[in-house]
Amino acid sequence: MQAFTSLTGIAAPLPKANVDTDQIIPARFLKSISRAGFGKHLFANFRFKDDREENPDFVLNQEPYRRAEILIAFENFGCGSSREHAPWALMDFGIRCVIAPDFADIFHNNCFKNGLLPVRLPRAVCEQLMEDARLGGNARLTIDLERQVVVRPNGEEIPFEVDPLRRHLLLNGLDDIGQTLQHATAIDSYEAMQRASQPWLNGSP
Amino acid sequence: MAEQRPKTLFDKIWDAHVVETLPDGTALLYIDLHLTHEVTTPQAYDGLRAAGRKVRRPDLTLAVVDHNIATDSSRRTGIVDPESRLQVETLERNVAEFGVPYIPLLDDRQGIVHVIGPELGRSLPGMTIVCGDSHTSTHGAMGALAFGIGTSEVEHVLATQTLLQKPAKNMQVLVEGDLAFGCTGKDITLAVIGRIGTAGGTGHVIEYTGDAIRRLDMAGRMTVCNMAIEAGARAGMVAPDETTFDYIRRTPNGPKGEAFEQALRWWRTLPTDAGARFDKVVKLDAQAIAPQVTWGTNPEAVLPITGLVPNPADEPDEAKRAQMERMVQYMGLTPGQRLTDLKVDVVFIGSCTNSRIEDIRAAAAIARGRKVADGVRAMVVPGSGLVKAAAEREGLDRILQEAGFEWREAGCSMCLGMNPDKLTPGQRCASTSNRNFEGRQGPGGRTHLLSPAMAAAAAVAGHLADVRDYQPKGGV
Repeated sequence: MQAFTSLTGIAAPLPKANVDTDQIIPARFLKSISRAGFGKHLFANFRFKDDREENPDFVLNQEPYRRAEILIAFENFGCGSSREHAPWALMDFGIRCVIAPDFADIFHNNCFKNGLLPVRLPRAVCEQLMEDARLGGNARLTIDLERQVVVRPNGEEIPFEVDPLRRHLLLNGLDDIGQTLQHATAIDSYEAMQRASQPWLNGSP
Repeated sequence: MAEQRPKTLFDKIWDAHVVETLPDGTALLYIDLHLTHEVTTPQAYDGLRAAGRKVRRPDLTLAVVDHNIATDSSRRTGIVDPESRLQVETLERNVAEFGVPYIPLLDDRQGIVHVIGPELGRSLPGMTIVCGDSHTSTHGAMGALAFGIGTSEVEHVLATQTLLQKPAKNMQVLVEGDLAFGCTGKDITLAVIGRIGTAGGTGHVIEYTGDAIRRLDMAGRMTVCNMAIEAGARAGMVAPDETTFDYIRRTPNGPKGEAFEQALRWWRTLPTDAGARFDKVVKLDAQAIAPQVTWGTNPEAVLPITGLVPNPADEPDEAKRAQMERMVQYMGLTPGQRLTDLKVDVVFIGSCTNSRIEDIRAAAAIARGRKVADGVRAMVVPGSGLVKAAAEREGLDRILQEAGFEWREAGCSMCLGMNPDKLTPGQRCASTSNRNFEGRQGPGGRTHLLSPAMAAAAAVAGHLADVRDYQPKGGV
């Protein structure tokens, strides 16, 4: 996994609540068997007309937001389908951080597995950051995971919370399967215990 | 023995599956059943191969194809769409390479992953069940802890049979009283989302309780739990009881004989203890729930069928008003319009929410002796090959086809706009599925979520209709 330490970049404002994963990447683009290449279909129903012609009104079709690395939205971002193609599409487009008042659980989880940082900040702060973002290329935001702060273009620092274990994995780009396999003996013991106490769970046809 | 604090159903299943607790409180949680399908697994198997890892417990893993397949007879001669074909072939190659049990497209048991798990007797009380699919919450109706995961977590479970998880909070949804005439589990679950909102359950596992839930059959409970995710909850659950145990006794692959009796002794200990603490409690009066239908583009935008399209101008909050205006515009509505005046182009009865035999019986009861209105395309898509066969044994396929419904092969179909069954822009659909998001059933499609009986009533009326005005003719 790609590590995330600190990022300074252009932020795109998407002042919408309940941005579901069907909006982020519609199901018709989920047929690929690879993790790469979903960025061209990010927000397809909004970015394009008939999947081809660009919609100039959509923020990611405007300069400088075509180069956005941060996305700011409202409540319940990433709700709906569990598709990890949503963080893959955001990452492939170039987004490394999403800021919102809150996130749906599965999407939030999926982000951390891919080096995409979800930052929870109160709605009033998100509105303020959207105002910053509307200033465009001269108003970059910094997201510092090490220090757990968002730095506004005027230098003001806004602290944010993040789960310590997830922060550790993200800062170091660690694969959590490798971490879990260090507990292989405990998993073996659990299975032996379960085989004895709940035999009906094993060897089902 | 030391006295223990009273526990919820969720607490009991959670505690029984913690392999280890890490210093920060994250649990390594053992997974008893891993259901998989073609869309969210190819990248997980690639990850295993790249790291030289194997599937730890193929016997606790089950694969099936459901999302991207056609639901007409074309499936018998091979998958037409090249990308869909590649995805299905990739799954077949992966399950062969890693020795994972697989139900292929033309198997009699093929169907939607959330229909076949309970139906085959693989999803059982007290289990932890995961799948790379948000509607895994469905299996919570069995009294299991079941939740959707992303592809990285699919890979994690394949490799380790565990997940790293923080405990969820407990939420109780108490539905008391008798369900009113014409109402079903679908109406309960929509009414709950209307009450608590699309993020009302975030961070929580919902346990649905109360006599209205107890009286639901297993299909009704599955419908309720299926949509727990639409309220933002990690999972939905119903405590196992005699209804659950009778259902499991009839499944082909559930435990039998002494194994069943042994399991039953444990299952009976699972229901929430008296005095257990819930972090949040929501109460609904079942009698007050009328047949529900969504009008907007998230499941929280729901009203009784007797309602009127709301007027965004009445909404004081600016952000909410803007969202409502967008919904009214996208859905092609006029504020103040009666919901029953909305003409439908398509009726879809199916999906992991409502494609079980009980759902098809409910639709057939309304369809019997009536005709689908002119200009309406109405389709019924059974949730599995076994559901389809059962319906055909009961003659439901004949009743539905005589009324003008299409009778199709099992799959996810028009729920998600991924296979050939899609809406075209502007089409209005009465759908028994679970998501009315913009473009969900196809770009520009307009979805109204409702129960199977309500969908059948809309099909014969040609517009959204109150099922209470369309009672069965001659019984089924």
